[in-house]
Amino acid sequence: MNPTNWNRDPKNSVGKPRRRVDARARVTGQVRFADDLSLPRMLHCRLVRSHVPHAKILGIDASKALARKGVKLVLTGEHFPIAYGVLPVSHDEHPLCNDKVRFVGDPVAAVIATTEEEAIDAANDVVVHYESLTTIATPQEALATPEPRIHTYGDSGNVHKKVHFEFGDVDASFAGAAHVFDDTFFYEGNTHLPIEEHASLAIQDPEGKLCIWSSTQTPHYLHKALAKALAMDPAHIRVIATPNGGGFGGKSDPFNHEIVVAKAALMLGRPVKICLTRLEVFYCHRGRHPIEMRMRTATDKDGNVLALDLQTLLDGGSYGSYGVASTFYSGALQTVTYTIPRYRFRGCRAFTNKPPCGPKRGHGTPQPRFAQEVQLDRIAVKLGKNPAALRLQQLAQPGSLTANFMRIGTIGLGACIDKVVEGSRFRERWGKLPFGRGLGLACSSYLCGAGLAINWAELPHSGVQLRLDRSGEVTAFCGATEIGQGSDDVLANIVAEILGIPPFDVRVVTGDTGLTPVDLGSYSSRVTLMMGNAAIQAAERARDLIAKSAGEKLGVPASRLVFANKRVFDAQDPNVGMTWLEALHRAESDHGTLGTVGSYRPAAPAAKYKGGGVGPSPTYSYSAAVIETQVDPDTGWIHVEHVWVAHDIGRSLNPTLVEGQVIGSVYMGLGEALMEEQVFRRLPPRLSNALVHKIPSILEYKSLTSKDMPDVTTYLIEDPDSAGPFGAKEVGQGPLLPMMPALANSVFDAVGVRVDEIPVTPEKVIRALEAKSKRYGPDEFPTVDWPEPLKVAPPWEGGDGTAQNEKPRKSKIAKDGTRIVTP
Amino acid sequence: MMRAPPLRHVFATSVKEAAHLLATDPRAMILAGGTDVVPNLKRRQFAPSLLVSVKRVDALRAIRAVAGGGLSIGAGVSLSDLAVDARFAKAARALRSATAQVATPHIRNVATLGGNLCLDTRCTYYDQNLEWRQAIGYCMKAPKSSGGVALRDKEDCICWVAPQSPKCKAVSSTDSAPALIALGASVVLESKDGERTLPLRELYADDGMAFLTKRGDEILREVVLPADFQHWTSTYWKLRRRDSFDFPVLGVGAALKLGSGGTITDARIALGGVLSAPILVPESATLVGKTLTDDAITAFAELAAKHAKPLDNTDLEFPWRKRVTKVFVANALKELRGDDRASMGRLAERAVVG
Amino acid sequence: MTDDTPRTTVRMTVNGEDVETTFGTHKTLLEVLREELGLTGTKHGCELGECGACAVEVDGKPILSCLLMAAECDGAKVETVEGLMDDARLHPLQEAFADLGAAQCGYCTPGFLMTAKSLLDANPKATRAEVKEALSGCLCRCTGYQQIFDAVLSAADKMGRA
Ligand SMILES: Cc1cc2nc3c(=O)[nH]c(=O)nc-3n(C[C@H](O)[C@H](O)[C@H](O)COP(=O)(O)OP(=O)(O)OC[C@H]3O[C@@H](n4cnc5c(N)ncnc54)[C@H](O)[C@@H]3O)c2cc1C
Ligand code: SF4
Ligand code: FES
Ligand code: FES
Repeated sequence: MNPTNWNRDPKNSVGKPRRRVDARARVTGQVRFADDLSLPRMLHCRLVRSHVPHAKILGIDASKALARKGVKLVLTGEHFPIAYGVLPVSHDEHPLCNDKVRFVGDPVAAVIATTEEEAIDAANDVVVHYESLTTIATPQEALATPEPRIHTYGDSGNVHKKVHFEFGDVDASFAGAAHVFDDTFFYEGNTHLPIEEHASLAIQDPEGKLCIWSSTQTPHYLHKALAKALAMDPAHIRVIATPNGGGFGGKSDPFNHEIVVAKAALMLGRPVKICLTRLEVFYCHRGRHPIEMRMRTATDKDGNVLALDLQTLLDGGSYGSYGVASTFYSGALQTVTYTIPRYRFRGCRAFTNKPPCGPKRGHGTPQPRFAQEVQLDRIAVKLGKNPAALRLQQLAQPGSLTANFMRIGTIGLGACIDKVVEGSRFRERWGKLPFGRGLGLACSSYLCGAGLAINWAELPHSGVQLRLDRSGEVTAFCGATEIGQGSDDVLANIVAEILGIPPFDVRVVTGDTGLTPVDLGSYSSRVTLMMGNAAIQAAERARDLIAKSAGEKLGVPASRLVFANKRVFDAQDPNVGMTWLEALHRAESDHGTLGTVGSYRPAAPAAKYKGGGVGPSPTYSYSAAVIETQVDPDTGWIHVEHVWVAHDIGRSLNPTLVEGQVIGSVYMGLGEALMEEQVFRRLPPRLSNALVHKIPSILEYKSLTSKDMPDVTTYLIEDPDSAGPFGAKEVGQGPLLPMMPALANSVFDAVGVRVDEIPVTPEKVIRALEAKSKRYGPDEFPTVDWPEPLKVAPPWEGGDGTAQNEKPRKSKIAKDGTRIVTP
Repeated sequence: MMRAPPLRHVFATSVKEAAHLLATDPRAMILAGGTDVVPNLKRRQFAPSLLVSVKRVDALRAIRAVAGGGLSIGAGVSLSDLAVDARFAKAARALRSATAQVATPHIRNVATLGGNLCLDTRCTYYDQNLEWRQAIGYCMKAPKSSGGVALRDKEDCICWVAPQSPKCKAVSSTDSAPALIALGASVVLESKDGERTLPLRELYADDGMAFLTKRGDEILREVVLPADFQHWTSTYWKLRRRDSFDFPVLGVGAALKLGSGGTITDARIALGGVLSAPILVPESATLVGKTLTDDAITAFAELAAKHAKPLDNTDLEFPWRKRVTKVFVANALKELRGDDRASMGRLAERAVVG
Repeated sequence: MTDDTPRTTVRMTVNGEDVETTFGTHKTLLEVLREELGLTGTKHGCELGECGACAVEVDGKPILSCLLMAAECDGAKVETVEGLMDDARLHPLQEAFADLGAAQCGYCTPGFLMTAKSLLDANPKATRAEVKEALSGCLCRCTGYQQIFDAVLSAADKMGRA
C-alpha cells in the first residue's frame, strides 16, 4: 500500500530553497484566518466561564441576560448531554459543563447575541450558583486526596493513568554497574501562545447541514467530536480548518467553543462566530505538562549506559485531552538516541483543578529529554570525559530495534554532534572558559508521525487526491492543515517534483473535510512524512498514466521518460519529448478525465505489548545543539551568546522552510529554557478557595522578543531515510528538544551550578550558587504507588515485542471502523 | 476581542478647557497616548464616562527653555521624541535612558511623558481581566466594576499581596519618574482653580490606590528641569526580564554633581518599581563630600537597597529584585564614576540606553 | 452594543483614500479597521498592546491600533498592509518576506511589515541592530525572528539600489 519507489535524487523543485507557494497571501494580508471571516446576519458568541476551581453547579440563572435586546440564545450544559474528547479512552469533556466545573475557566454557559459587545455584557449577567469542592492544585495533592474525585473515571482517585514497563532485568544491571547516577528534576508547564486567538464560525449551510470554519490543527478529530457531541450524521458536517495563526499543538483538541457555535448556528439558522480572548486561550491550554522526574542511570566504567530507570509524575490539569498519550511519551523515546540495553519506565498522570495539559511541540518528550541530557552531562563531568565523546561512544544504531521495540531508521546524530562541536569549538573550549562563561551540549530525537493512529482503525493516516486539469494545472487535495509550518508547500512541492512542473502550478486544497481526503492532522510531526508519501503515490500514479500515453506517442519506453521543466522527454535523448500540456492531453484522451489518489499508513509497530502503540514511528529525526552563555555571578543573569544547532532532516524538501522550522524551534526552546511558564496562584486557603492562572497575558507570560533572540547557526544533515518522502524526516519539533538541557549544561559550565528545573531563571541560579550542594531542584520524587510492571524482554534478550505477563486483550471493530482494544 | 466599555470622547483644545471638563464631570478622565488607559479600560479596571483627549492641545507638546536655565517639557511630548532629543543627551541622560526603555517602539510613539508620570500602579492581581478578578474575589484596588456584574462590596475586599495591609501595595512602574526625580524635576499642575508647582517626588504617595497627590481635576501640564541640570551627570538603570515590552521591576535613577577631583557636591539617587511610589533615597545627601571609591559605593548601595520593599506582585521573585537593587545602585554610581558598563556583565549592558 | 451606545464619526485617510465612518465610541482603530472597514489584514493577538500583531502606520509612525481609540484618528493618515502593494506589485519588503521565509503562519506578518516599512522610510540604511530594535514591539512565535531580520535587510538593500 505504501510507495516503495522513493526517489533518492530529486531533479526538480525538491531540495531547492524557494518562496513557499502560499507566501504571497501571507505577505499581503490576504490569508483568511478564522476571525477574519464574517457573514451576513452573523451573531456573536461569548462563553460564561467558571470563576471557581472545583464545584458542583447548583443552578444557572440566565434571565437577566435573556432579557437583553440583542441576546438571541443562552445555552447551558443541558443542551449538551453527550461527552466527547480527542482520545477514545478519555471522552470526559462536555461543550458546556453538565454537573460540575473543574477549573477556573471551564465553560458553563454561552450567550449568543447580535454584537460581541452585547454578548460580553450579557455573559456578565448570567449568574451561576456553585457548591464548592476541595481544590486540588498539584499532582502531589491529587495523590494524597483521592476524594473528591475530579473525574469518576481513571486509574483511581485523582490518578488518571499509571503505567509501568520493564524491559529486561534493570535491577540486575544496577547491581553490577560501575557507576549509578540518581537525579530528580522538575520541568514547569508552559503553553503554546500562538499569536492568533482561537476562533470559529459555524453556519447552517444552504442544504441545512453544518459547516464550521475553525482555527484547528485537526479538522478530522473536530469532525468526529462534532458528530458525537451533537449526535449528528458525520456526513452532514463539514469542517474547514482555516490557516492557523500558529498552533504548536494548542489547536489539536476539539474545543468546546467549536461545538457550542455549531449547535447555536443549527438552532438559530444563522452564522455564529466566536473569537476567544487571550485569557480564554490560556484556559484552552493543552500545553506542556509540568513533570516531576527521577532518572536513575547505571553505567559501566566508561560511562556507557547499562540501564535506565525513569519515573515521571505529570500534572494533567482537569481533563484527559491527549494526556494518556503524553504519559506514555514521557518515557517512550528515551531509548532511541543512545544504546540503552535495559530500561524501566514508570509514569503517572494526575488530575488537578487547572486548565488541561496536552500536546505542545515535542509532546511529553522534552521533559525526560531534559533530565537525560543533563544527567549525561553529569556523567561526563564525573568520569572526566568530554560530553560530546560520551554521547558519540554510545549512539543508537541505525536500523536497530530498541529495548522497548522502537524501530530506528537512519541516524544522522553523529554528524549533528560533529557539526555543532566543530562550529562552537566545543572540544577545545568546554570546561576551559573563564568563570561566568559556558558551553553546553545536548542532543535529542523525535517522531516523524505516530505509528499508530489515535483511533485504531486500519485506515490510511493520510490521503491525497489529484485532479489534473486540461489547463495544465494540477490540484492536490489533502486533509492536512496549514498551521504555518509549510505543509501546503510540501504538498505542492512533492507533486510538482514528480510531474516536472513548477510548484506554483499546483493548486492546493487542504483541511476541508467536505472536499479533501482524510489526513489525521498537523501534530506529531506527521504531515511531511505521511502526507508526503501519500502525495508521492498519487503523483506517481498520475505520472505513470501520462508516461504511458506519452511513451506510446514518442516510441520510448515509459520507464525511460523524464518529467522536468514542464516537459516529458526521453532520458537518453532530451530532444525526443513533448510539452507537459501535450502529454496531459494525450493521457486524458487515452484514459478519460485524469485523477489519482494516494494514501499512506505506517507499517505495524514492532512493539506489540499494551502501551507499545505510543512511540513507534516510521523513522526518527535527530538534533544536536551547543549553547554558549554568559552568566553573571552577582545576579544570576543568563545571557545566551550563540546557539549552534544541527538537525538530521533526512532530506530538506525546501531548505528555506526547514531552516525556518529549526530556528523557530530554537526560539521556542530557549523561551522554555529561560522564561516561559504556565503557573498558577492559590490564594491563602483560610481566605479563599481560589486557584487561578497567575499570569494569563502575553505581557506576563514571557516569550523572547526580537532583542532577546540570539544568533543561531544552523546545520542541516541530509542522510535520506527510505521511510520519508525523498528521504525527508520531520523538522517542526525535534530541534526544540536539545535547547533546555543545552542551556542548563551551559550554565553549569559557566558557574559550576546545576539548575535541575526548567525554566532556568536568574533567581534559581543565585539559589544554586548559595546552596551547599551547588544545585537547585527538587530534592526527591514523590511516592507513587506503582502497579506491577509489564515485563518485556529486549530484542537482544530474546524478546519478540510482547509482554511476558500481559493478559490477553480483546479487540473489536466499531461501527466507524475504529478498532477498540480492551484488556 | 477585548473591548472597552461604552464611553464618550471629546477633544479638548486647551489645558483650560480640559480642566473645565474634568471639573464638571468627576467620572471624566484625561486621555493622552492612551497606552495605559486603554488596556485598563478593556480589562474593566475602571470605567470613566468621558475621555478628555489632550491630543489637540498643542501647548502640551512644547519643549522650551525657561528663564534662568531650566527646561520645560510639555506633558504631551511623546516618549520617542524625548528618547532622541539631543537636549537630554548628556546631563539628562537618565531621562533618555528611561524613556527609551519604556514598553516598545510602537507604544513610545504615542505614549506621553504626562501619561507615564501618571501611570496607574501595577499589580499581578489587578492588571487582569474582569473575569479573572472575579475568580479571586477582587481586591481593594478594584472592588467594583462597570461590567454590569454585581460585585462584592468594597469592605469585603482585601489586598491579596499583603492580606493584613490596610493599604494597597500595587507598584509604581513608571520609568521616567525615578529618572526625573534624580534630575530634580518639578511639575506644574493646572486646574480650573489655577496652577501650582511641586517637586516631582511630592507628586507621589506610597499608596497603591492613592498614589498621586494630585487631585483628579488637576492636569499635569509640564515637567521642569532645574536651572542647573546641565551641571549634573546622570543615568537610569532598568531591570526587566525581556529587552522590550516589560515594565520595570526596578528602576534606578542616579544623578550627581561632581566637583574638582571627583568630589561629589550634590547627589540624588531615586528608586522605582520597588514600592507604590518612586522614591528619592533619603541618604543621597550622605554622598556629598565623598569621592566614588568602591567602599563608598558599596556602603551607599547597602543603604539604598534597604528602602526597596518589593513584594510578590510583579514579574521576577522579590528577594532577587531586592538583591539586584544593591547591584544596580552600585553599578549606576560606578558608571557615573566613568567605569565601562561592558565590564559589569551582560545585564548591565542592557540596563541603560544612550 | 445597544441603541444608546455613544457613537462617533471620523474622517481619515486609509491607504490613501478618504473614508468617513461612524462607530461605537469605545472602539479602537483596530476594531474600526477590521469591523467597520473590512480591512482584516490587520491582526490581533491580545488587544492590550502586548503582542504587536495590530501594528499599522498612523501619520508616518508605527503604532498599535488596539491601543488607539478610533475617535482620536479624526484627520489621521492610516496605512495598513492592504495598502502596502504598489498596485499589483509587491512592496520590496513583501518580496523579501516571501522569498526568505519571514512569514510562517503569517499572522504576525502584517504588523512586522508595517513596522519595517516605517523604519525603512525613515532610515533606509538601517543596521541589523536598528532592525531588531524597531521590530522589538512585535512578537513572532514561529520564526525565531532571524529570517525576518534577513528579509528587512535584504529589502533595504534592494530599495537602496533601486
Ligand atoms: C505592553 C505595555 C508595556 C508597557 N511598558 C511600560 C514600561 O516599560 N515603562 C513604563 O513606564 N510604562 C510602560 N507602559 C505603560 C504606558 O505605555 C506608559 O507609561 C505611557 O507613558 C503612558 O502614557 P500615555 O500617554 O499613553 O498615558 P495614558 O494612557 O493616556 O494615561 C495614563 C494615565 O495618566 C493620566 N494622564 C495622562 N496625561 C495626563 C496629564 N497631562 N495630566 C493628568 N493626567 C494625565 C490618564 O488620565 C491616565 O490615568 C506599558 C504599556 C503597555 C501596554
Ligand atoms: S497590591 Fe493588593 S490591593 Fe493593591 S492591586 Fe494588588 S492585590 Fe489589589
Ligand atoms: S493586538 Fe496585541 S498589541 Fe495590539
Ligand atoms: S509567522 Fe507565525 S507568529 Fe510570526
